[in-house]
This record gives sequence, structure tokens and C-alpha cells, in this order.
Amino acid sequence: MGTRKLLPLAFALLTGVSALAQAPTYGVGRPPTPEEIRAWDISVGPTGEELPPGRGTAKEGALLYRSKGCGGCHGAQGIGGTAPLLKPKAGPDVELWARGRILALRSPFATTVWDYINRAMPLNREGTLTADEVYALTAYLLFINDVIKEDEVLDAQSLPKVKMPIGDNYARLPEWKPRTPRLKGYPY
Amino acid sequence: MGSKRPARREFLRNGAALAGGFTLGAVTPATGQAPGAPASPPMIKGDKDQIAYGDRSRHVTSVRISHPVGGRPSPDNFGLVFHVAAPLQDSVGVITPSSLHYVATTRGSFIPDIDPQEHRLMIHGLVDRPLIFSMEDLKRLPSVTRLHFIECAGNRSSRRAKTVQETHGMTSCAEWTGVLLSTLLKECGLKGGASWFVAEGTEEVKGASSMPIAKAMDDCIVAYGMNGEAVRPQQGFPLRLMVPGFEGIFHTKWLRRIKIVDRYYMNYNDYGHLDRDPKVAALDYQIGPKSVITFPSGGQQLAGRGFYEISGLAWSGGGAIRTVEVSTDAGRHWNRAEIKGTPQRMAHTRFGYQWNWDGKETEILSRCTDELGQVQPSRAQVAKYWNRPLDASFNVPGLDNTIQPWRIAGDGSVSNGNA
Repeated sequence: MGTRKLLPLAFALLTGVSALAQAPTYGVGRPPTPEEIRAWDISVGPTGEELPPGRGTAKEGALLYRSKGCGGCHGAQGIGGTAPLLKPKAGPDVELWARGRILALRSPFATTVWDYINRAMPLNREGTLTADEVYALTAYLLFINDVIKEDEVLDAQSLPKVKMPIGDNYARLPEWKPRTPRLKGYPY
Repeated sequence: MGSKRPARREFLRNGAALAGGFTLGAVTPATGQAPGAPASPPMIKGDKDQIAYGDRSRHVTSVRISHPVGGRPSPDNFGLVFHVAAPLQDSVGVITPSSLHYVATTRGSFIPDIDPQEHRLMIHGLVDRPLIFSMEDLKRLPSVTRLHFIECAGNRSSRRAKTVQETHGMTSCAEWTGVLLSTLLKECGLKGGASWFVAEGTEEVKGASSMPIAKAMDDCIVAYGMNGEAVRPQQGFPLRLMVPGFEGIFHTKWLRRIKIVDRYYMNYNDYGHLDRDPKVAALDYQIGPKSVITFPSGGQQLAGRGFYEISGLAWSGGGAIRTVEVSTDAGRHWNRAEIKGTPQRMAHTRFGYQWNWDGKETEILSRCTDELGQVQPSRAQVAKYWNRPLDASFNVPGLDNTIQPWRIAGDGSVSNGNA
């Protein structure tokens, strides 16, 4: 019982200490060069700070959607293929959460769309799209979901500012704490 | 009790060896043994490959299956692997053999064929010292060895499911060895504002998830070992992130990069978790207390009335299992089950219950309580919590950890009580 009471204290110390500058204990591993970090880091978070230079519009994206063969899996209009839907079957009169899990419609940030196309598309040729092509395809998906206009230019500055339809209308995760029930009072 | 699907290649190989005249002792031995003594089995002649790397008996044919039944097959026509369920009905003890451990991938993926000499893990972002570790580097550092289950969020019982492999096969448990992520993060030095981290794999979709830094500092393992050997390719060779008690998708396979960030990064995998109800969102991440009877379970057959040890598995994302109860009368009475061995945190725990079946139709169930006092609920309890009618269409929000009933018919056949 004593140990259990001490655990939160020990944990607070552990995380508290880690925030301070601390010398490495083991000296194992080597520092990456800035070029290595740039090359490996394909994460694009909500602020868009990692976005590379480049630009694209939905018009350009529509051409790429055809030339890259996206429709082969996702359907010619983003509907009806074997791969996930790129736009909902239900119209805008249907409530957003009921329109299905559509990336360009339901994601709170346009950066998620850019990041996923960049890291995971097209199937079997992942990582081969240029930054311009990823901007253009992102613009195309946002356009067919009525999020942006057809001639709107997406780049590192404009993309993170795109107002997504879901807005703030989604639940935030509660703060996770070790040794704590996932949802208080569940199921009773 | 075994699966009806034989491991065909293995069977053919062994069968051919036996048919090829290698069987010894098939002739009646000219000894003084009395008639009626057990016959000597055929003998397996030593084989170079079998000495180097042994196979299981050709009589043991338990195999994994695609999940869910009738869903997307693994492998598909292109060789992509998506969801594969473990044969829990044949499991004993708490370790899932690596060859039978369930498999799931982001989106459906090829299994990367990674040269461990070339593989690197980079940790960067909000740290004082970004670092790159080779496999050799990681093996120099202080290690931990722990039992942990992994369970896919899609592991839910349906009315269509017949066996425990179909209802619960997307969970498995192994002994994992590696370096605590906290050890690596202290080596890098976390900066102020470090509140989340993103882990990323090497497969073609580069699957990535956001997780709270508190979890990283608590018990995550950067694992290179599994069940006494290197992690298997289907499980992330050469490196897998273990996130004990969290949904399977977080246990990033073929781990190549960890980025320390100051916010939820909303990766593709994260966006898949979004919900509008904060209570549903709270059920993501950490898995609730869950148990299931593996014997007797759906599709099995009791030989007749008499003694049986009911056997099953219990686990929880909240910690160690404290108690398991079994009911043999459709939930009217609950009896304490015996826990086999010492329950480990976030690990499968084997339980047993001694039962004399009177030959009458009944339903058997199990429920568990974890070290936090969380009790595994029934479907009815969950429906009541969400204020929804308990009908066939009721879908348990979050990961389904409800009680699984098995129906025992008068003829000893066992079937899904949810059907």
C-alpha cells in the first residue's frame, strides 16, 4: 500500500526532472545532422511548420488525380472505388458526423490531408509525389468537399489556415494519467 | 479441439518424410510386451533442418485466420496483410507463440524486410539532444523484459462469430524485451513544452500515432526481443514500440522515428480516433478490463457430463488483473476463479474454474476486475450506461470489453451466447 501512495510522487519527480537540462547518462547513440532530421522528418503537424515550399490548386490536382491513377482505387469522382471514400455519398443537408469518415471533410486540420497524401500515396509508389503535387492533390480533395474554392492556391502559408468544416466540434482526449481508470464511473 | 485448417505445407513435408520410409518402429516389436500394452508410436528420424530449427508436431494444426470472418482477406491478392486473428481456443498458459500472435497493419500493408544492420531509430523534436540509435546501440542500454498483451481496437464479438478466435482472436500476449522509452528520452533530454510524442513505422504507409508523453515516461518499451528471440517481421522486426494497455494501433511496428512535440499531432491514425462525444473519446487509448473463456468455447464439444476445468484469459489496460469470476448458470451466480501464476500488469492472465457439468443446457461466462477496481461489464450494463436499447444493433462504444457468454447445449456442443 505504501508503494502505491508513493507512485504518483515518484512519477511527478520523474517527469519534473526530465524537463530540466540533464547530461546524458550512457552516452550511447549519435546526434543526427540537420540534413538527416530534415530528410527523415515527414511529420506535418497542425501549425504546418514542417511544410516544404511549393504550391498547388484544385485544378492542377484534378489533372494529377487522373494522371496518377488515383481513380483506379478511389473512383473517378472520389466515390465508388475499393479504397476509402474521398467525398461523402450523403449531401451537405446531412449532419457532418453522419456523412462518414472522410479525411478532407472530417479532419480538423488540412495539414492531416497533406501529411497523409505525402507519406502514404499513391499505393505502391508512396513518397514519390513532389511537394507541388501534394499541395495540388490536397487542394483537389478539399475542393470536391466544398472546403475551398477551385482556384485557391495552397502553400505552406495558406494550407494551415484552411477552415475545416468540423471546426472545433470534436471531443478532446482527457489527460491520460498512469494507474487511472479510462472513464470514471464506466460502466458504473 | 484443434482447428480444422491444417498447416498444409508443414503437414505435407512431414507426411512425405514419413511416407518416404523414415519411420522407424512401425513393425511389431519382438519384445516381451504383453498384448494390449500401448502401441509404440512411429519415430521421427533426425533431420538437419529440424535440429537447426524445430517445428511443432504434425498433429498440432492450430492456425491464424483472417479477421473478421467474411471481411478483407489476409494476404489479399497483392500480398498485403491487414487483420489476422490468433487461435485462442487452442491456447494454454499466457504466452501466444510468436507464429500465432495476431497481426494488424495500418491500412493493410506489406511486411517490410528490414536489415537490422541498416536500421536506425531517430528521436528528435523538443529535446536537448536529438539522437540516432543503431540496433547495436540499443542493445548496449539497460533492458527490461516484461509480459504484455496487445489488443486491436477491432476485437469485438459479433453475432456472426462462432469461435473464440472469431470473437476475441485480435489479442495476444508475449514476453517483450527492450529499452524503456523513458531511458532513451532522458538520454535525449526533454525540453519544456514536450507533452506529446509521435511514433512512426517503416512500412510503406509510415503509420504514425500521437501519444501522451506521460505514457512514454511511464512504461513504453522500445522492444527488439519477443518470446526469447528477435521480434518477428510481422510484429515489427527489428524494433517495435510497446505501449502497454493502449489499443494495438499505438504499438508502432518497424519503429524508425519518434518526434517529441507540444500538441496532439492529428496524424491520419489519430484522426481515425476522433469522436464528438468526450465520453466515447475517453474510451480510446487505454483498454478496459476484459476476459473470455477459451475452453469450453464456441465450436467445441463437451464429451459428456462430468468434470471440466473451465479455462480462460483475462487482461486489462489499467494494470494487473486482481480477480476473475465465472458463472456456470447464465450469470445468476458468480464464483471466484483460480488465477494461474502471478498476474502481470497489462498482460494476459490465465484463470481456471473447476466445474462439474450436469449435462443440462446452460450458459457459462467470465468477468474480471483489475487492480484499479474496474469491473468488466455485460452488454446490458454498457447499453444502460449509454441509455440505449439492448438490441442486436447495439454497438459497444470504444473497444468492446463486454462479457462473452458461451451457450452449452444438452448435447455438449458450445456456441456463441451473443448469437
